[in-house]
Amino acid sequence: MTAPVLVFGWGNRSRGDDALGPLFVEQLRDALGGDDRVEFFDDYQLQVEHALDLVGRERVLFVDASLTAAAPFEATTLHPSRDATFTTHAMSPGSVMHVFRDLHHAEPPPCTLLAIRGERFELGEAPTPAALEHLALAVAWGREWLATGARHEHVEAAAHA
Amino acid sequence: MSFDLETAAAPAGLRRVAIDPVSRVEGHGKVTILLDAQNRVQQVRLHIVEFRGFEKFIEGRPYWEVPVMVQRLCGICPVSHHLAAAKAMDRVLGAHPVTPTAEKLRRLMHYGQVMQSHALHFFHLSSPDLLFGFDSDVNLRNIVGVIRAHPDIAKKGVMLRKFGQEVIRVTAGKRVHGTGAVPGGMNKHLSIADRDLLLRDADQMVEWAGDAVTIAKQLHAQNPALYDSFGSFRSNMLSLVRADGAMDLYDGVIRARDASGKIFLDGASDQSYLDLMEEEVRPWTYMKFPHLKSLGRDVGWYRVGPLARVQNCDFIPSPLAEAERREFIAWGRGEPVHATLAYHWARMIEVLHSMEVIRDLLADPELLDGDLMTTGERTGTGVGIIEAPRGTLIHDYRVGDDDLVTMCNLIVSTTHNNQAMNEAVRSVARQFLDGRELTEGLLNHIEIAIRAYDPCLSCATHALGRMPLDVVLQGPDGTLVDHVLRSPEGELVRNLAAPVGLPA
Repeated sequence: MTAPVLVFGWGNRSRGDDALGPLFVEQLRDALGGDDRVEFFDDYQLQVEHALDLVGRERVLFVDASLTAAAPFEATTLHPSRDATFTTHAMSPGSVMHVFRDLHHAEPPPCTLLAIRGERFELGEAPTPAALEHLALAVAWGREWLATGARHEHVEAAAHA
Repeated sequence: MSFDLETAAAPAGLRRVAIDPVSRVEGHGKVTILLDAQNRVQQVRLHIVEFRGFEKFIEGRPYWEVPVMVQRLCGICPVSHHLAAAKAMDRVLGAHPVTPTAEKLRRLMHYGQVMQSHALHFFHLSSPDLLFGFDSDVNLRNIVGVIRAHPDIAKKGVMLRKFGQEVIRVTAGKRVHGTGAVPGGMNKHLSIADRDLLLRDADQMVEWAGDAVTIAKQLHAQNPALYDSFGSFRSNMLSLVRADGAMDLYDGVIRARDASGKIFLDGASDQSYLDLMEEEVRPWTYMKFPHLKSLGRDVGWYRVGPLARVQNCDFIPSPLAEAERREFIAWGRGEPVHATLAYHWARMIEVLHSMEVIRDLLADPELLDGDLMTTGERTGTGVGIIEAPRGTLIHDYRVGDDDLVTMCNLIVSTTHNNQAMNEAVRSVARQFLDGRELTEGLLNHIEIAIRAYDPCLSCATHALGRMPLDVVLQGPDGTLVDHVLRSPEGELVRNLAAPVGLPA
């Protein structure tokens, strides 16, 4: 049985603030304490086969570190898109949704991108204190997102600062 | 001494074009081309603009952590690092050879990794160029274009990729950050349920892998003039082979052939790699240049990866792939195939071989039962070499009595191909750029030559907001003429104020 909600974070836990996506997944999973309605994944990068992970979902939350998002984080409604990441090893979530659409000839489930502001991404570094502060606020937002449904259909940033 | 077109004879007054970073390859690379006033190519270099200090990341850690930690060096082929480190640590502990069950489980994991990595590269990274042509609309040259024009191919690619990921999951324990291989063996058997799940689809995957070889072969047959000449140059080729000369991607002895196909190095132990090869530093790039000591830097460099492996072995020990190998060898009419684009064909032969190996291993009851761990007398040093998707991957460790790693040396696959990638770019520049105005299609020729090697220039760092393409033009007097950035959405932004990166 596929869980109706998917939370998918990506990044590398050993590259400084790149760990924000996997750490978000870990902390939100722990905070939730087990819920069959929600499935949690993390991976290094988004790839074509992740389009198959969207099958049967009611909604999906993608989570990544961002160099450009406003601190502490931005939540944005995603749409299928064809951007320059389609043929790279690191696809964008919009491009994954586009692959879903083309493979299944149907619209993907509603997807939200949570972009958590990070600063440093060097191998072997721990996440920065500022990034961890952003992460704590993002996890609190994630709990609300799970509890209240997809009502965050506009860019949210400064309101959470 | 410098290689032809590596360093311009008179760099002053040349016009500079930089492609930074190269799109659709892993990590951050940049190509700089110096042109004279007549647009003739005077210098071409592939720069690697980041250095990650992999070895320092590992040194000081307890040895048992290493097979897990090294997966974080690369988000693209973490399993290759996982297994190369585990093989090296087997030696450190004197736990060599591992049990038959452990070796078969590792092989299953490894061939799953090779298969899914190759499938991704061919179906999704390179097929847009190969199916639509090198000068086609850039908006078509992506997987969306492929899905629309060839929905069957794209879907097969996704499903092959997914199957390979499942093989990794059931052997490594998780989709990512797996812990299956440990120093001295493996920590779990394959479950009957997982085996049955994979066996259900294995024959279908073998069939689709065969289809992939056919596609690659047809591409060569349809345009042999282009496929045989594009980015072509003669080189040595190096890989592991099994002791009897068979292709073996998990373990073996080191073999090298010269450009005419003659074997000049064979049967060398992986533990003695430092006696055979050394790495040279050049001041204009962070990536080193390995070569065979016996031949020296000028003629001792070599290619690794599918093109080398398919031609270096005497045979492939699975029937369908062996038949395809014979056809591939026949294409060279008695000479080795040196065409850069033949990497794609060879890569698909390895996909087929990997699927045959996976299917056969799944039917082996030893994966479900049997001893998982070996013990021995600790030596404190060990080398693990594996044929990763992109080529020969070397892990070398020393471990102190306190169990901490005191020395780590890694030579990753893409580093072995450094000189070859530079030669491929120079070959394309000679053929397609001399005396012509620069267009996006022409610049893409350069990228296509690099992408054929499926390089992993850095590993796994990413963040939303990075610019994927940065092109710089400088006039003969060194002044900045133009600077165009391409955003992740494909939008071109002209920005003369942005930094232009490394000097050529």
